[in-house]
This record gives sequence, structure tokens and C-alpha cells, in this order.
Amino acid sequence: MKQANTAIDLAIKFGFLALMAGLIVFFSITAEGFLTPFSAVFILQSVAITGILALGVTSTLVVGGFDLSIGAVATSALMLSSYVMVVWEMNAFWAVTFSLMMGAFVGFLNGVLIVKMRVPDLLATLGMMFLLIGAQRIPTEGRSISTGMALPDGTIADGTFSQAFLMLGRHRIGDLVPLSVVFLIVIAILVWVFLELTRHGRLMYAIGSNAQAASLAGTNVNRYKIIAYMISGTLASVGGVLLAARLGRGDVASGNNLLLDSVAAALIGFAVLGASKPNAFGTAIGALFVGILLQGLTMLNAPYYTQDFIKGAVLVVALMFTFALSGRSGRGRI
Amino acid sequence: MNVGEPAIQLSDVRKAFGQNQVLRGIDLDIPAGQVTVLMGANGAGKSTLVKVLCGVHSADGGEVRLDGAPFAPATPSEALRAGVVTVHQNINDGVVPDLDVASNLLLDTLASGSGTFLKRREMRARAREIAAAVGLEIDVTRPVADLTLADRQLVSIARAMAHAPKMLILDEPTSSLSAVEADRLFDLIEMLRERGVAILYISHRMSDIRRLADRILSMRDGRIVGAFDEKPLDYSGAVRAMLGHEMTEVDIRVPERGRPVMEIKDLVLREGAAPFSITAHENEVIAVAGLVGSGKSTFASVLFGLQPPVAGTMRLDGGPHLPANAREAIRAGVFMCPRDRLVNAVVTDFDITENITLPFTRRHSRGSFLSFRSERATARKMIADMGVICQGADDGILTLSGGNQQKVMVARWMAEASRLLILDEPFQGVDIQARRDIGRKIRETAPSRGTIVFVAELDEALEVADRILVMSEHSVVGDHRNENIDVSAIMAEVVDAATARAAGQ
Repeated sequence: MKQANTAIDLAIKFGFLALMAGLIVFFSITAEGFLTPFSAVFILQSVAITGILALGVTSTLVVGGFDLSIGAVATSALMLSSYVMVVWEMNAFWAVTFSLMMGAFVGFLNGVLIVKMRVPDLLATLGMMFLLIGAQRIPTEGRSISTGMALPDGTIADGTFSQAFLMLGRHRIGDLVPLSVVFLIVIAILVWVFLELTRHGRLMYAIGSNAQAASLAGTNVNRYKIIAYMISGTLASVGGVLLAARLGRGDVASGNNLLLDSVAAALIGFAVLGASKPNAFGTAIGALFVGILLQGLTMLNAPYYTQDFIKGAVLVVALMFTFALSGRSGRGRI
Repeated sequence: MNVGEPAIQLSDVRKAFGQNQVLRGIDLDIPAGQVTVLMGANGAGKSTLVKVLCGVHSADGGEVRLDGAPFAPATPSEALRAGVVTVHQNINDGVVPDLDVASNLLLDTLASGSGTFLKRREMRARAREIAAAVGLEIDVTRPVADLTLADRQLVSIARAMAHAPKMLILDEPTSSLSAVEADRLFDLIEMLRERGVAILYISHRMSDIRRLADRILSMRDGRIVGAFDEKPLDYSGAVRAMLGHEMTEVDIRVPERGRPVMEIKDLVLREGAAPFSITAHENEVIAVAGLVGSGKSTFASVLFGLQPPVAGTMRLDGGPHLPANAREAIRAGVFMCPRDRLVNAVVTDFDITENITLPFTRRHSRGSFLSFRSERATARKMIADMGVICQGADDGILTLSGGNQQKVMVARWMAEASRLLILDEPFQGVDIQARRDIGRKIRETAPSRGTIVFVAELDEALEVADRILVMSEHSVVGDHRNENIDVSAIMAEVVDAATARAAGQ
């Protein structure tokens, strides 16, 4: 009996990491060129933006909330930073600053809607998502932003994406590691430190587990919830800026998959090391897992349209790890 | 079914949750055509008993017979089919607010019936019959969301009546009704009694009990401790039995009290309640006793800043005390260990250490960074002090028994020095050993602060307190030193205020 228990415990704790190791071994054997530095960097680059967004969602999951607006915040930041440079002809600093402020402000609005107006989190952030998807298209009448485009008033936009801005998405350190990957790693470490090592993170977990108890223990529940949504909005706008810098234009059609991919990464994170709760390390691993899987399958010539199916399947399996195997009821709701 | 014959008989019914024995052998008969009132303090086991009867829980031992046949429903719908109908305390549990009255009345038929499409006209006709049968005059096409609470409750009872029940259980049905609304409910209950339905009525309201009761059962600590069925009914006796008093071995020597800590002057807890003044001192443990609804919880909430008083002043160490929320109260040194630990206190995802340090993470941090070593040291010390039985400080809180969980919750607030420690029903769902341990700890740590313990049973007050306050009608009506105490005088205050109020209505 004792033996069986420890076997299950081990499966819960290391099952997902073992699965990932197995996947790497499998692709190394079957897909030529998978186990090269170039391929590893490519994987990291492909998950950098969704990973950053996923870390934001994680902070809202920690307080027992959820943020559906992150994808829309990211694309809004993409459009805004492009607009600032191309139409207003300002430099990279202002493009980034305005975008981050917009992200933090949207997060603040989400938080206020949820905390003060008592709108359920899924609905508040869903509404915000629709609002942003619409709002970001109004200034350009639905067109993508690029140098030389005609504005609604008939003038031509002369601004350009500054080199400094494009570097954020395209520069490689030592011609190998993209800057966006460095951002992902730094942000992942910061979020991990914040959630695991500071008392603020501890109180946020307490709120997610029992908000009433946290409140009666003197925690300012509303303030921490708003902060969680502001972290989420800010990180989503970081993702949007990096996407704009990579694309070099304000493309209205990009970023469709950001929401699904990042939410999947955060939820897969529940299963890593048997945490059964949102956590920064798990989220980073979750993003990496999806990246490895997709890269390997692409190298094996799996058709692109199977990708969403595979991501969904991985998510379902991960949720089974979390909820069924560990026999915990989870956190009541995600 | 004949009046007076037992409709339902329980013998030696037992139920435990983990190590916590909630029902310790219940023997009772509920006769047809009578209203049997069940009284009991919080945690006496009333709700569990109801849940066994209506199929939510199954008993661990003993036997239930319905009309002579064994009755052990596995689900609520099985109990319903067998003719045991329950109207729960929370009125909205019994209705679907978004549907109209007719659909609500026929909900059980809809849920178990055949066919796919609704036949609206037939449904309405049938619904009107059901409503008429219980004297409910209401437009069956109205959405339930538009109805008053009282009407919603009548709808849920009418719905239950469609099953021609043998037994009706009402769990504190008047707790959210006005006097006029309650009257309509009583008329209905009396009508059902005439029809020979056995009625089990759970309430604390003396006015309800006086109006309806044919017999009274008092429940305490998982047992039936008193049955009163001779007219005139002995209401005071029933309340005494429910509050209970067995001479306990705990020997309180009332110590010299210290400086005043909390001076309360002319405090009014709600509109129309009498003002009261109380001073809590260092090295003094005050227990507050009183029935449910006597204002104990309101008093605790006001002290801890969860709600403002209507009038009056509170002074803490001479300075004004009017916290706007829990945070301000804690900062001022007023701590509260709340009641219903699983709802209000336990952070289920956390281990023992994290649960203990929750309010005082700042003390265990350098800057914003937690010092795990400091947290662990505090947790180990508190575990040893309180005698928490566990493997280690990093055990998940839910791996502990109820008594040990409660010790951790009390330890949370004893880990730091306070000026006034409020414990709201700290002995709820706690075994006798844990209760002793917690009581002893409260006493030991009392010299440096004022202490107010809100209790459900008088025994608990006699065990821990130097001074016992009795609350009634949202005011303090008695103040006793716990020395050569006249228990019956306290009982009289608890009961008489309540019965006097009922008589006056």
C-alpha cells in the first residue's frame, strides 16, 4: 500500500517532466537536426511571447481569478506601439512606455470591474477583450500600420519603426540567443521570486485559496487582486511590444493564438512537479513543453493544422495529471 | 396514519466525520399530526441529523424506521420519494429563481418525468392545483425571482407537498421572514398538522416555538438530552437542557485582574437595542453566552471592525477604537479568531506554518522577502505550545483532525502579542481534549491582554472564563464572576429574556 502510494506520488510529481524528457529523446532520434543549439533557440523564441503572457495569467490564477483579455491587450500594445512610431513619429522609448502604461491601465480596469463592480472575472475580462479588439482598429479604420500607409484624413504616415525598437524583437546576443528569450527568462525568474519568496506572493496565494480567511487575517484582498490584474495586463503588453518588434509592422491579424497558447501553458503548469496550483516555474515549463512538441512535430512534417488539436490534447492530459491523479479537488475552480 | 403514532423512529443513530463524533446515538420518535420542535446550540448536531433524515448523509450506525419500515435513503431524491420532505434554512436552495412559479412547483416531475416538450397549459393547471392545496394564492406564471422570500418559501413547501409527504422537516424556516410572513407559514404548518403530517421543526425563536410546538426535544453534543411533551410545555427546561451544564473538572480560580484594556461605553449594536457598557481587563477571560441571534456575532464584528456600531464608544488602552476593517483592528492589537474555521480561517492550500504566519508575514520578512527560517521557528514553537498533533510544521492543514486544525487557528492569533484577543466559538466542532487544551492555553496567555471568548454552550464558559456575560436582544443582560456561580441564574437570563420577548409579541 505504502509502495503504491509512493509510486503514484512519484508519477504526480515527476510525470510531466519525464514526459517532456521522453519527448526530447524521441524527437532527437526521429527528427534530424532537433538536438542542435539552433533548434533549441528556435523553440525558445517561439515560446517567448506566449510564455510572458502565460506568466501574467498565472498571477491572476494565483488570486483565484482569470484574465481572458491578455491576447487582446497584447495585440493592442502591438498596434499602439506601431501607431506611436509610425503616425506620431515618436521614438522607441515612448512606444514602449505608452504600451506598458496601456497594459497596466487595462489590468487596473479589469481589477476594478471585478473587485468594485463585482463583475465575475471571466465576464469582465471577456468584455474587456471584445472592447480592446474593437478599439485597436478604430484609429486606422481596421488597416494594419506600416510606414507610408494612408491615414483616414488622407495624409501619409511618414514615421518608421526605429532600429532600437526592432532590436527588441530581432537582436540576437552573440548571434544566437534572441533578446526576447532573455526577456522571457528574466520575467519568469522575477515572477517566480515574487510569488514564492515574497510575502506579497504568499498573501496572493492565500487569497486564491480562501479570500475570506485572508481578509479576516488583515489582508487587503481587493488591492492584491487589482495588482494581479495589473501584472497580467503589463506582461501582456510586454508580449505585444515584442511581437511588434519582431514583425516590424502593426499587423491587425497577428496574435490570434496568443490567448489560447498562453492559457494552455499556465494550466499545464499546474501539473509540473505536482504543484496542483498556478506557479511560475510550471508555467514556464508548460510553455516550453508546447514549444518542444510543436517544433518536433513540424520537423517531422506534421501538417500545421494539427497543431491546435495537439495543444488541446496536451492540455487535457495535463489537467488529468493535476486533478484526477493527485486526487485533490483542485482549487474549486481554475 | 393516525395522530400520535410515530411516523418516524430513530434508534441509536450515529454519525462521525473523521474523528469528530457528531451524532452519538440519537433515539427519538416523531409522531404524525404533531409539531416536534428540535432545539440545540450551534454544533449540537441538528443539521447533521436533518441531513441523515433527508438522504444527504448516511448514518454510520443505528436504525431509522419510517412507518415501521426500515428507511435509509441514499440520496435526497430517494428520501423525497419515500415521503420525507425537507425545507432548508437557505430559502433559495428550494427554488429556481429564473423559472416561473408553475415550473418550480412541478420541478421534480420535470426532472424525473418523460417526454421532451413542455405542455404549458397542463402544467399551469396542475401547478394551480398544487398551490391551492396549500392555500397559496399566487399567479403561477410569475418568475420566482419577483417573489418575496416568504412567497418563495411557500412555493418550495408547496412543491414539496405535491409529493403527499409523511414527514416535513423545516430547518429554521423563519430566520429571514418578517412577523406577518411567518404567520402565513405557521397557518400552513398548522394545516399540514391537521392532515396528519409529522413535522420536525428546528428553530431558536421562542415565539415560533410557543406558537407551534406540541413537543420539544433538546439536543446537545450529538444526543437528545431532553424531551418535553406535557402541557404546558416547559420552555425554560428545554432551553436549559440544550445549553447544558455538567460539572466539569476544570477548576477556575479567578485571578486578580489587571489594567483596563477595552472600555466600551453605551454601545448600541443595532437600532432599538439597549446600550451596554463593559470593560475588559488584562488577565481577565470574559466569556459571552447567549442564544443564536442574541447579538454575539454582531458584538464580535463590531470589536473587530467588520461593521460599525449604531452608537457608543470603544476605547482601547485609553485611545479611541473604531477600526474600519480587520486590517486596522489587527494593527491596533485587536485580534479575532473567527467562527466557522473552514469558511473564515483555514487556508486549505497552505501547510501549518503558512496558516499560522498568515496575518503576520511582515514580521517574518526582510523587506518584502519572506524568511522561511523565522516562519518555521514560530510555527514549531506554536505547535509545541498548543500541543498540535502532526508529523511536522509542513503538514497540509487538511491532514489534521478538526480539533488540531482549530488549535492551529488559535495559534495563528497567539503567535503575536495582542491587546485584546477575541475568540468566536473556538470550541466549534472540536473534541473534548482539544477543547481543554485550547481553554488552558487561553488562560495561560491571558495576563498580557484582554480576552473575550464567544461560546455556544454554557459549559464552555464555565471552563475558561473568569467572568461570564449573558447577551440577549443585542445587549448584555447579565455579568457574573465565575466563582460559586449560580448557573441557574445565568440560565434564567439566557432563557427568560428570550421567552419574555416571545410572550411580548
